[in-house]
Amino acid sequence: MDVLLDNLSLFREGFFGTLKLTGASAIVAVVVGVIIAGFRVSPVPPLRIFGTLWVTLLRNTPLTLLFLVAFFIVPKVFFPDLDSFLLATLACGFYTSAFVAEAVRSGINTVPLGQAEAARAIGFTFTQTMRLIVLPQATRTVVPPLSSIFIALTKNTAIAGAFDNVELFNVSKTLSNDGYDIAMIFLWITLAYLIITYAINGLFRLMEHRLEVAR
Amino acid sequence: MTEVSVTKDAIPPGADDLVVLKNVNKHFGALHVLQDIDLTITRGEVVVVIGPSGSGKSTLCRAINRLETVESGDISIDGKPLPQEGKALARLRADVGMVFQSFNLFAHKTVLENVMLGQIKVRKTSKAEAETKARGLLDRVGVATQADKYPAQLSGGQQQRVAIARALAMDPKVMLFDEPTSALDPEMINEVLEVMQQLARDGMTMVVVTHEMGFARSAANRVVFMADGRIVEEAVPEQFFSNPRSDRAKDFLSKILKH
Ligand SMILES: Nc1ncnc2c1ncn2[C@@H]1O[C@H](COP(=O)(O)OP(=O)(O)OP(=O)(O)O)[C@@H](O)[C@H]1O
Ligand SMILES: [Mg+2]
Repeated sequence: MDVLLDNLSLFREGFFGTLKLTGASAIVAVVVGVIIAGFRVSPVPPLRIFGTLWVTLLRNTPLTLLFLVAFFIVPKVFFPDLDSFLLATLACGFYTSAFVAEAVRSGINTVPLGQAEAARAIGFTFTQTMRLIVLPQATRTVVPPLSSIFIALTKNTAIAGAFDNVELFNVSKTLSNDGYDIAMIFLWITLAYLIITYAINGLFRLMEHRLEVAR
Repeated sequence: MTEVSVTKDAIPPGADDLVVLKNVNKHFGALHVLQDIDLTITRGEVVVVIGPSGSGKSTLCRAINRLETVESGDISIDGKPLPQEGKALARLRADVGMVFQSFNLFAHKTVLENVMLGQIKVRKTSKAEAETKARGLLDRVGVATQADKYPAQLSGGQQQRVAIARALAMDPKVMLFDEPTSALDPEMINEVLEVMQQLARDGMTMVVVTHEMGFARSAANRVVFMADGRIVEEAVPEQFFSNPRSDRAKDFLSKILKH
């Protein structure tokens, strides 16, 4: 009990740190993931190639390696003054975007081809076809896999703790350095992660239910 | 009187050509699906395309609005060559209505929304105006009472009539029909053909791929017979059905007119 009560504000900071990283990365991942999925089914070959490269590269690179690139190469070569939260968000967000893109693409593939053809025949542009006709119909198949992708993301943000971000995993390290009982620290940290992943789970259950009813 | 005929004569030859295909070729892998296709469709004309399965009728139809790209040759609509994929192509497609064998109504939209969406998003019509027009068109094709249902709740014949209304909502210059009645139960075929007959009478330019010989006889100005990726024969319906010139056409007609 001591660990928690003695360090309540640190725990709180870690909890919200993880939450903020997860939330921000999830937004980046969804926005980028949907765009990349669009690239992969677009009629423009260079976009398709870019989309395929993006997914292949990011999905098959260890996240830790991405963090190393984000924190040691990006500041040196491109942008020197990005803060560690932003860099961590980009690393986690881009990494997760590859998984989101695959989920969205397989969702797109469940929508009959005739839907997109009818849309194009009416005069919709490619973006309109995606936005108005295909993606809304793909949502139902995309939402369930997104839930597990975001839970994985929550746990992946722990790596950011080793890179100058305060979040749950980082807090656990600080506390064990302070000499608290490791077992107790892990108990509370695990509980905090569970709260977040359960919340994500619940949120998606709700969304799935909504989508079922909307039919 | 004389003035009228003078202005009429002043129209340059070909000005009334709405859809022009010149020397069009396309392959699917090794299969030469469209071979040196030359076809001109004038304003107000109704052209029925018939031919055995796999002869390239659908491909021809889809090439006209570039749902299918071709390798060589020129296709132009109302004097404008088909542009590359992009905004200009989208604009041109809006002028070419298409009706599919499998209806392809937007499954997540109501019947009314199906007919409104293109007007609002492509033609930038106001919502109110789009709705008035959509209701008018649904009434015209006889499904006004179904406006608030989803496509899956309608019969095939009703869905196809909605699909026709959806295409008409864009005020197309020409309408393409790819076997619009082939997926329908027999009792629903006529309700769709009647709508098409009416369209033809109203002067719509139409390209219709169909096996409905009755429709071809009564509504078509011209029958185009395709076989193995070529246009083998073109004639007015009367002549084509009673006195086909090519052996392929004779053979084909003898097979389908048996039943
Ligand atoms: N996307 C495609 N890829 C490969 N081959 C295709 C494709 N679409 C059509 N084909 C082939 O091209 C040929 C012509 O097809 P098309 O659909 O134009 O024929 P059709 O005259 O419309 O036949 P049907 O009466 O059966 O509809 C067929 O042999 C078909 O198998
Ligand atoms: Mg066909």
